[in-house]
Amino acid sequence: MFAISEDSIDTSECRRMMSDHAAGGFCVFEGWVRNVNEGRTVDRLEYEAYEPLAVKEGEKVLAEARQRFPHLKATCVHRTGLLDLGDCAVWVGVAAPHRDEAFRACRYIIDEIKIRLPIWKKEHYTGGDSDWVNCERCATVGRHTGAGN
Amino acid sequence: MKSITVRYFALFRENAGVSEESLQLDVETALDVFEQTRDRHGSNEPLGHCKVAVNDEMADWSTKVADGDSVLLFPPVAGG
Repeated sequence: MFAISEDSIDTSECRRMMSDHAAGGFCVFEGWVRNVNEGRTVDRLEYEAYEPLAVKEGEKVLAEARQRFPHLKATCVHRTGLLDLGDCAVWVGVAAPHRDEAFRACRYIIDEIKIRLPIWKKEHYTGGDSDWVNCERCATVGRHTGAGN
Repeated sequence: MKSITVRYFALFRENAGVSEESLQLDVETALDVFEQTRDRHGSNEPLGHCKVAVNDEMADWSTKVADGDSVLLFPPVAGG
């Protein structure tokens, strides 16, 4: 299931829904709002999504993960609206028979979500100015360094 | 000329000052729509970082557009 949420993500409930007796491993990735980006102090983030296509493309990413890694259970929830520092912006949960598939599928999903879905992020900085983030570059950096968000 | 509804998101919406507009355009493809609206609104985002949808389906820049189509222009995305 892929969902866009205007409200806070209930990570406990998300985790509870992943419970599966056929799974031997569970991986979760939470993207959090951090207080600095490229040397600038960030006060909060604002996410905008074009929901009809974000959901459609998000479901496609999850289906691709299930095809690559059989017997996978995968869920992703992405926030929209204004988020404060520490808030969970995206939650990816993957349950699989073994840990290797769980880790790899979780990584695949968050990497694809970041670069394919019509979702945009605006950083609001200390001082009052703001700027849209171009994550084509973030995704490349993430893949090279291992950074997740 | 074709009647095209162009929808803008995030940075493109801010550049255009509107979220959508109906335009009469001499265009064949989604790329033509991108280029003509870019000239109109002064956006300078590289094409390779942007995406497009036609009638609510993700599309390629070479996708043909028809009279009455809706073209959605997406600036560089940043999920996660």
